[in-house]
Amino acid sequence: MSTDPKFEFLCRMGDNALVLGHRVSEWCGVAPVLEEDIALANVALDLIGQTQLWLGLAGEVEGAGRDADKLAFHRDVWDFRNVLLVEQPNGDFGQTMMRQFLFDAWHLAQLTALIDSSDKEIAAIAEKSAKEVTYHLERSSDTVIGLGDGTDESHRRMQAALDLLWPYVGEMFLGDDVDAAMVEAGIAPDPASLRAGYDQLVGDTLAAATLTKPDDDFAHKGGKSGARHSEHLGHMLTQMQWLQRAYPDATW
Amino acid sequence: MVRSTPSTRPAPAPVPGVVRDRSPRGSLHRASGEKPSLETVWAWLSAIPDPEIPAISLTDLGIIRDVQWQDETLVVTITPTYSGCPATSIINLDIEMALRDRGIEKLELKRQLSPPWTTDWMTDTGRAKLEAYGIAPPRPAGGPQHCPHCKSQAVERISQFGSTPCKAQWRCQDCLEPFDYFKCI
Repeated sequence: MSTDPKFEFLCRMGDNALVLGHRVSEWCGVAPVLEEDIALANVALDLIGQTQLWLGLAGEVEGAGRDADKLAFHRDVWDFRNVLLVEQPNGDFGQTMMRQFLFDAWHLAQLTALIDSSDKEIAAIAEKSAKEVTYHLERSSDTVIGLGDGTDESHRRMQAALDLLWPYVGEMFLGDDVDAAMVEAGIAPDPASLRAGYDQLVGDTLAAATLTKPDDDFAHKGGKSGARHSEHLGHMLTQMQWLQRAYPDATW
Repeated sequence: MVRSTPSTRPAPAPVPGVVRDRSPRGSLHRASGEKPSLETVWAWLSAIPDPEIPAISLTDLGIIRDVQWQDETLVVTITPTYSGCPATSIINLDIEMALRDRGIEKLELKRQLSPPWTTDWMTDTGRAKLEAYGIAPPRPAGGPQHCPHCKSQAVERISQFGSTPCKAQWRCQDCLEPFDYFKCI
């Protein structure tokens, strides 16, 4: 694995999109209603498209002959650089939408900041992706409000989802050496700098959803650094990478 | 076959011309060394339908950003609609097949991400064709002007996402028909 911080950073962006895109695609055909099924599949499709751009660029930067497919399908858990939030299981529909909302709110802020990146290619991918993610956030926040401020049952489930997932929010704002190198080069923002705007947006949405943000800001970490993923990622990869594991380098 | 008529289009793309020469394919092959004009190439491109919404052409959609000769190589610059749109690779294949059929030997397809595609680049002809096809065209106001079937203005959104990444699902409250809205991006 390369130690070039730009490669690491691109893998983080690509793996967040890839892992969440795959997770969301697991709903295809089994969502509660047809419209939601279609919407989830569309969001997954956008994220997989963004993955191709991020991991494609990562492969070029690395210069070792790996393309987006190689990076997606030929790496194992320890080489993935996504935050722990996106690899958490879907749970019920409410939990999936809460995970989506908590990620979308960070994702859009991150992409918006990256539009001003000193790296032209990163800025171009961010500009393209931000348009798509604007729709993701609009939908996930509407759904969180609708279900949170819905029936007793939907409210209870959304609060449970928030309580379960909140400990995975903090990791998105923790900086490390890779982030410091990106800030230094003017490529990406300091993760901590996005926190205030995030808290404002999430706070407003949760208030409208009549949901209570947990007091404890304890944050699980280890996903974006690759130090320790949760057990769920390995299980997911056995499904996502099944074909390439059974028939390496198979093509159509 | 839909024929394009001259229409205003945003810079920098030139106005696609009317496709006049519909003679059998063989006559379109030129002697080697003779390059077709850019206007001719634009006319050819304007006859290629979008693979997912065949009522409109690739030039109606506004995704062909530039056509240039670089020495003997024809360079066509294309911008994707949505990054994950499965039609993107089919579009590239269709362009390549159409141009190779017309005798273009050296061809380069360039992907351009920035500035990102916007529905503002869709031509007026394209918008009219969409409406006639039953898809409400994009509007900056953020929703359809009226039902593409009965023209009623009483419409409601079902979902921001639809049968392809570029569309949302709406419903007419008068004729009760659901319809696609080509959403603004």
